[in-house]
Amino acid sequence: MEAAQQNESLAVRKLKERDPQGITEVISFRGETTVVLPRNRLISACEFLKTDPDLDFAFLSDISAVDRFPIEPRFEVNYHLTSLSHRQRLRIKVKVTSKDPVIPTVIPVWPTANWHEREIWDLMGVRFEGHPNLTRILMPDDWEGHPHRKDYPVEGYR
Amino acid sequence: MSTAVGTPFTGTKTENKTMVLNMGPQHPSTHGVLRVILELDGEVVLKAEPVIGYLHTGIEKNCENLTYSQCIPLTDRIDYLANLSNNLGYCLAVEKLADIEVPKRAQYIRVLLTELTRISSHLVWLGTHAIDLGAMSVFLYCFREREEILKILEAISGQRMMTSYFRIGGLALEPPPGYLEWISKFLDTLPGHVAEYEDLLTENPIWKLRTQGVGVLKLDDAIAMAVSGPSLRGSGSDYDVRKYFPYSSYDEFDFKVQTQTAGDVYARYQVRVAEIKESAKICKQAIKKIPPQGPFRAEVRGLVPPSREEMKTSIEGLIYHFKIWTEGITPPPGEVYQAIESPRGEVGFFVVSDGSNRPYRVKMRAPSFVNLQALPHLVVGKLIADVVASIGTIDIVLGEVDR
Repeated sequence: MEAAQQNESLAVRKLKERDPQGITEVISFRGETTVVLPRNRLISACEFLKTDPDLDFAFLSDISAVDRFPIEPRFEVNYHLTSLSHRQRLRIKVKVTSKDPVIPTVIPVWPTANWHEREIWDLMGVRFEGHPNLTRILMPDDWEGHPHRKDYPVEGYR
Repeated sequence: MSTAVGTPFTGTKTENKTMVLNMGPQHPSTHGVLRVILELDGEVVLKAEPVIGYLHTGIEKNCENLTYSQCIPLTDRIDYLANLSNNLGYCLAVEKLADIEVPKRAQYIRVLLTELTRISSHLVWLGTHAIDLGAMSVFLYCFREREEILKILEAISGQRMMTSYFRIGGLALEPPPGYLEWISKFLDTLPGHVAEYEDLLTENPIWKLRTQGVGVLKLDDAIAMAVSGPSLRGSGSDYDVRKYFPYSSYDEFDFKVQTQTAGDVYARYQVRVAEIKESAKICKQAIKKIPPQGPFRAEVRGLVPPSREEMKTSIEGLIYHFKIWTEGITPPPGEVYQAIESPRGEVGFFVVSDGSNRPYRVKMRAPSFVNLQALPHLVVGKLIADVVASIGTIDIVLGEVDR
């Protein structure tokens, strides 16, 4: 466990070394590390995390979005990275406002992001710039609204 | 696409023209309501696009309006073939969030039952996959053994499929007397049954022709698409959450991660059959480890319900009982991601708490959803007759894909 924590801080340390202004916040909770990044640093940080041999986060487990309505910035998008060779996990978080809910796509880094990003667009209404096919995936094509937003009623609009 | 529906056939040559074939959503071998749009050149698949969402029930949104323990029955319904795995993933996530330590006895029972679930899920997969490829009798044998597991689960939890047996902090109730003997009797008969399936399939020339070299998934593609579970291990990686990020005392068990390198349908078949045997070994170890007596639920005031005995005899226990069942528990604000190895791969629960009695957000990382995304890698450039084998081999559950 100690080795794991040292190595996790290795990812954070390397990110800080590489770009000292590129990290907004580092959160540690229940042994999990979350790195909050500004939107414009996301792609370069992701490429670095994937390609650096000491980190090797080649496996993108999941992307989840959280709606913090009415707090601004409203949307948080969490990238759950897994390093198979070093047996590490890391969470990258990007926050965007409701006025400009756009994030660059990470498909060039991890192709698996495709459906995750479509799902987030469908259910949360966060757009991913550069996505080749950003269409609804779970809801019908003609659906109105984004059901996972907190201001969307559970029963739907009547 | 290029050929409009209803255009009469004129009898001219159709070269340079492709045909778009819509497979599903009602198709017996899609194992649920999956639709795949295939673009064909003759019999060769040029493009495959899975279309999902027909079974979307908004479970994640529902969870936000329920208390933490009320979400557990919903996790059963996500992946209805491996319900205990999902119960476990969700409970572990909430336990991590609220910092609850589960007693060892409950942890071992959880391991025993999730491995039984894995056996049962792989049996369903094997049976239905064999029937897709035309081997009828395997299906009947597999369901015979699965029935026995369902009976065991019914005796323990009261339900055959929607068990909801794992609760936050431990188990729902004390398992019935004699359950360990029953399970070990079943496990003693299992190797003979598995040998029966292998007799029918492993060296069967038709089975080999239909599966070997079909639906090949390269390791690089598999990792880029974040495929997990037996589908990944058939391609050569040994990523197994039980080994890589142990949970629920899996590090105390001695088992091997089963891998194959061919990456085809046959390799994934071999991995799953080997996993059935390996899970039986873990079950046997768990039966030896489970102490006959002891708490099956953690004793944490205000987070885990007190025992029946305590609830009936002490006023404090009664107060906490009412508080937990009416108001729910309130973990501190924070967010956790807890992954477990389900029969289909990495199931992850991302649970966000805002300090209230309802989860602020529950996101489930469904392995079927991610694995299905890799389907085009398996079928493009291959024959249409092998599409069915490729869909069957990634072992999807549509309830989990659409949630």
